[in-house]
Amino acid sequence: MPKYSFVKKVLVIGSGPIVIGQAAEFDYAGTQACRALKEEGLEVVLINSNPATIMTDSNIADHVYIEPLTTDTVKRIILKEKPDSVLPALGGQTGLNLAMELAEEGFFEEHNVKLLGTNVDSIKKAEDRQAFKDTMESIGQPCIASKVVETIEDALDFADEIGYPVIVRPAYTLGGTGGGIAYDKDELFEIGRNGLRLSRVTQILIEKCISGWKEIEFEVMRDSKDNAITICSMENIDPVGVHTGDSVVVAPALTLTNKEYQMLRNAALKIISALKIEGGCNCQFALNPNSFEYAVIEVNPRVSRSSALASKATGYPIAKVTSKIAIGYGLDEIVNAVTKSTYACFEPTIDYVVIKFPRFPFDKFVKASKKLGTQMKATGEIMSISNNFEAAVLKAVRSLEIGTEHAWLKSQKDLSDAEIIDKIFTQDYERMFSIFEGLRRNIITIEEIAEKTMIDIFFLKKFKNIIDMEVEIANNFCEEVYLKAKKMGFLDSVIEKLAGQSFTYHKDAVYKIVDTCAAEFKAQTPYYYSTFDEENESVRTDKKKILVLGSGPIRIGQGIEFDYCSVHCVWALREEGYETIIANNNPETVSTDFDTSDKLYFEPLTREDMSYLIKTEKPDGAIVQFGGQTAIKLTKDISELGVKILGTQPDDIDAAEDRERFDELLERLQIKRPKGRTVFTTEEAIKVANELEYPVLVRPSYVLGGQGMEIAYSDADVIEFMDIISGQIELKEHPILIDKYMLGKEIEVDAICDGKDILIPGIMEHLERAGVHSGDSISVYPARSISGRIKDTIIDYTEKLAKGLNVIGLVNIQFIVYQDEVYVIEVNPRSSRTVPYISKVTTVPMVDLATKVILGTPLKDLGYGTGLYKESEYVCVKVPVFSFEKLHGVDTTLGPEMKSTGEVLGVAKTFEEALYKGILAAGIKIKDSGKAFISVRDTDKQEVIEIAEMYAELGYDIYATGRTANVLNQNFVAASSVRRMNEESPNVYDMLSRNEFDVIINTPRKGREPQTDGFRIRRMAVEHSIPCFTSLDTARAVAKCMMEERDNKEFEVIDTTKL
Amino acid sequence: MKAILLLEDGTVFDGSTRGASCEVFGEVVFNTSMIGYQETLTDPTNKGQIVAMTFPMIGNYGTNSEDVESDSFKVQGFVVREICDFPNNFRCEKSIDEYLCENNICVIEGIDTRALTRVLRDKGTMNGAILPADTDISKKLEEIKAYKIEKPAYEVTLKEKKVLSAENAVCKVAVWDFGCKNSVVSNLVKSGCDVTLYPAETTAEEILNGGFDGIMLSNGPGNPKDYNEIITEVKKVVTSGKPVFGIGLGHQLAALSMGADTEKLQYGHRGASQPVKEIKKDRTYITVQNHGYAVKADSVSSDVGVVSHVNINDNTVEGIEYKNYPVTTVQFYPDTEYEDNLYSRFVKVMTELKGEVR
Repeated sequence: MPKYSFVKKVLVIGSGPIVIGQAAEFDYAGTQACRALKEEGLEVVLINSNPATIMTDSNIADHVYIEPLTTDTVKRIILKEKPDSVLPALGGQTGLNLAMELAEEGFFEEHNVKLLGTNVDSIKKAEDRQAFKDTMESIGQPCIASKVVETIEDALDFADEIGYPVIVRPAYTLGGTGGGIAYDKDELFEIGRNGLRLSRVTQILIEKCISGWKEIEFEVMRDSKDNAITICSMENIDPVGVHTGDSVVVAPALTLTNKEYQMLRNAALKIISALKIEGGCNCQFALNPNSFEYAVIEVNPRVSRSSALASKATGYPIAKVTSKIAIGYGLDEIVNAVTKSTYACFEPTIDYVVIKFPRFPFDKFVKASKKLGTQMKATGEIMSISNNFEAAVLKAVRSLEIGTEHAWLKSQKDLSDAEIIDKIFTQDYERMFSIFEGLRRNIITIEEIAEKTMIDIFFLKKFKNIIDMEVEIANNFCEEVYLKAKKMGFLDSVIEKLAGQSFTYHKDAVYKIVDTCAAEFKAQTPYYYSTFDEENESVRTDKKKILVLGSGPIRIGQGIEFDYCSVHCVWALREEGYETIIANNNPETVSTDFDTSDKLYFEPLTREDMSYLIKTEKPDGAIVQFGGQTAIKLTKDISELGVKILGTQPDDIDAAEDRERFDELLERLQIKRPKGRTVFTTEEAIKVANELEYPVLVRPSYVLGGQGMEIAYSDADVIEFMDIISGQIELKEHPILIDKYMLGKEIEVDAICDGKDILIPGIMEHLERAGVHSGDSISVYPARSISGRIKDTIIDYTEKLAKGLNVIGLVNIQFIVYQDEVYVIEVNPRSSRTVPYISKVTTVPMVDLATKVILGTPLKDLGYGTGLYKESEYVCVKVPVFSFEKLHGVDTTLGPEMKSTGEVLGVAKTFEEALYKGILAAGIKIKDSGKAFISVRDTDKQEVIEIAEMYAELGYDIYATGRTANVLNQNFVAASSVRRMNEESPNVYDMLSRNEFDVIINTPRKGREPQTDGFRIRRMAVEHSIPCFTSLDTARAVAKCMMEERDNKEFEVIDTTKL
Repeated sequence: MKAILLLEDGTVFDGSTRGASCEVFGEVVFNTSMIGYQETLTDPTNKGQIVAMTFPMIGNYGTNSEDVESDSFKVQGFVVREICDFPNNFRCEKSIDEYLCENNICVIEGIDTRALTRVLRDKGTMNGAILPADTDISKKLEEIKAYKIEKPAYEVTLKEKKVLSAENAVCKVAVWDFGCKNSVVSNLVKSGCDVTLYPAETTAEEILNGGFDGIMLSNGPGNPKDYNEIITEVKKVVTSGKPVFGIGLGHQLAALSMGADTEKLQYGHRGASQPVKEIKKDRTYITVQNHGYAVKADSVSSDVGVVSHVNINDNTVEGIEYKNYPVTTVQFYPDTEYEDNLYSRFVKVMTELKGEVR
């Protein structure tokens, strides 16, 4: 069937901010979808609140609305744009839920908007637990004994009936939010109640626990003609019990016989046909390892994280094909974009092995619970490709960027045997590394591991092969062993370490192609992975070529912003006529889409892996400034490998990051910075801290996202932080910086410099005072509260610093304005988190310009002028978004270490409206009235009076702990006193448990708090979804905004392509 | 020990074999199925071939006595990148190495099967040999080129007829065995047919006089044009008025018998993901295939029949529906997983015609 004739203008719903469970994969999917629709000549309207995405660029859709993802906003956009149809399947659970709500309300029908893709009834059948079970039953597909309940009492009754342990799965949530395994009544009470609260429809599924079965996924695709295909099978190495997003996953499934495979494949095809899915769909199965018994776990009637992985693993563009199907095409009418000679109606054949490893945020959240379960905790993932399992595993661990080049970890080496075994058995997030360590120490056999963990012994034996090879290298090193080790994926540097000797053998990697068809057809837009065979399929062209280094897995502090920058850099290079080469390993991103660059290398970003690529491609230059710290860290290596670094030079990058050199520069430029020093030991740190006088800021050099950064108020704090930092990095290589902490206003600037001129698209101001990491603070553009003199100083300093550091390309500078003076805190000669949003709101295409400047075009000739770009008439407020709900044990207090996983943007004519939109988009639900609970540290007590008054005026009853209440009452703000946690009932714990408060203002006493009242209050706030402000600045701004805006139900939706 | 795979164009791939040194010749083909190696090894259609697997890890789940397509190995040799020596599956009885070794099947491992596939894709299927590494290549090339397997169907067909009964059978089917896979027979049985298998040499008269409701022309190995004597017999069956269902070689033989022509494909269709469109229904199915020859589309005269199925990758003929006779043939291995599958259609045609006769 050809394209539906009624489709002319399509609304695409994005997935909103990056949170755990819903990350960059939806930018990838959404971007592919928009492009696929535009390719068909359709007009595309996009809504997504996430400004860091590529899909919200003006060249991806015709109309872009960076607005809160609420039904209200979507309605308003539909009324304004009048699209004839809406495509929701690409926006994750968020997009799907929104569309479902509007469909159920009848809004689409009323306004003659067609829902493209899978219809409402089918989505309901897949999403609603009971309807799903009924459907499965009707087509003879087995499900696990389970029941949907709406009260905790029913949950407990059913669990008694089927027996513990049971799994709790809330309906309509993403990343398994609020789910878990309950082993007894008490646990079920806790998890069940939480799940009910988080479910949009107050429903949870109680299900018989089948932990230990094989977890197999199929990505399936169906069109309206009922053609159905499976794209890829995937097998979780972690069996059922660990969320698939947190599992190590291999594709294709490796341990199934043809019978088992066909049984599940046919089940998947039957399911997708029965549900009448149109587009991509993910089916998860549990398979009893000792029989043909299986059960359907879950079906996602939309593109997902797994479909992004399957797309990258096979070369099959699931999102693109899903979009084409949605507008009417049959699978047999859509051309296979990789071969360009065959059609999308085929099942990709793979002639390699793909492994996905999750990337966890526990390097930042050292105190969080690190045990894996049914609730996803990973922030990102990496994918590796090789033609043997062992090499794929070793590439994967290198790609993770967790400070290791091999299947070993510094943190594991220091553990006792008992601790290693404990970690293997308790589903610790580093379990795979513990298995390696256990096998290496020979303290456990693969049989024992298999028995306890239910990990298939097939995989464990492969792990053991790696350890056996280590032993062989150590004991019988020779050229033959070297070659075997190379094929198994060992790095030269690792072999050298193991052999205890240097050697003269060397073998270079060659590259094979991912082509969807195991070489059966010639590929037109392939991508590459390295092996140690003889034939190199990557043929170097004569074109001028530039290597762009990507940013690896998404982690806190390094999110999709950097993928945005890498992709834009590639596009700009293409425009300038260069052949573009990307090296990256993140399967969730646009940069690793098959047609983003001319050549894509799916590789770990390490020196040795890059050396092979460079030998094959001999690029004319490399660009490192867009790939975040991942790429920056490789600058020296790439340069030593003989490739010219384009843009800011390695030595200048070093000058910005090396404390002494940077201080010299500031001295020369007469620019002030907070006093501080570089130290290498804890003793030095204490000495310096006392000289500077507390509070001081402690942080390692060369990091992103304030990793390991803390404000220390005492020697004890310094000692604690230094301990944590030295556990993660080698202090000798990366010294620690100790700075005087100033409580001032933070200003941030991104600029482009060509060596002569600079262009500052805009100046941003942070709403919170210094001390809150820039990624976690609410950021406002244009800066509102700085004087003309300060602004001029900032422009002047920016220019001086950019030129002083010989910046060619982008630079990000953070300032503090303290007592009417400007201090520099940080200069990053690279792209930053704020580049995407500033580019969008100022309409200055920063990466594009920076790339052209890097290639030699002067800024003056690029049409955007120099100096400070004209200020937008709109105010833009970036609001951070956190994933605290998924990370138990993490303190939600904002500080110098970044904690947010994503961001949203509010765009409006006034600051208040922009902030209001931002708050709405971030999902912070501030009620019009209710009960506010206030408990602040002594130093904040005077300041909080005015804020409490504002909330009282808004209509809140104020509750406060003893001394805070006293201060408030003494200052004529009526506040009821609430008992502390350790006092008799009813106390604050009881009130929180009963969900009595609607907003909480709580500032911690100092630094890191142990398990105090404050910590527990904040965690309970998270668990009860109560807005909790840990900075008075945020609390004040929100109150002010609510006072102005709460009656403003009719805010204007703004098309950012028309700014 | 070190070994080589030598192709007739002189291309050499280094690998190794286990156990005693072996020397085998055959037509080298690649198979893109990611799993199902045991089925491939025992598929009679592979008679005379050295089969290379494009998937790099072979033997992961070991072998068992159930998952076979015939009672013996049919391949000349097996080419893989990596053999798994530590398989795991609840039905696993032996590792693939033991399994092959016991049956004296020569396997060469450590081969860059992707590079091999690229050669075969670009230059076409050709002969080759697995040889010890120290072989004098120049001496073997002639032998490789000369290798030809003569009418392999006769080698893989049954020696005597064989009867299999279905529970509650609705039809009686004769399967003309040119190298029939076990799964074809079990699909018929599953679809409600009592099955009698006849050797390839059987005459049309014997089969037509057997009192069957329909005849199945099975899959099998070799160049269809080599089987002139069978083609003559097949024509009698095709034009008998009895329902006939042909697959693979059976499909090609029927076409040749009715005046159509066949050709050798550059590198064949061997794998589990060949997309086939049924033209009338405008539906595309992912099929399992294993063939090196195909019926030429323009040779199917409109008086005789119509092309009912095509491969959407290369537009080759995948099925023919004959005029005037209730005869349907397809090139691929049909499965029984969806309603209205080709087996059930065959059964339907048989039962309908049976009714008319009565």
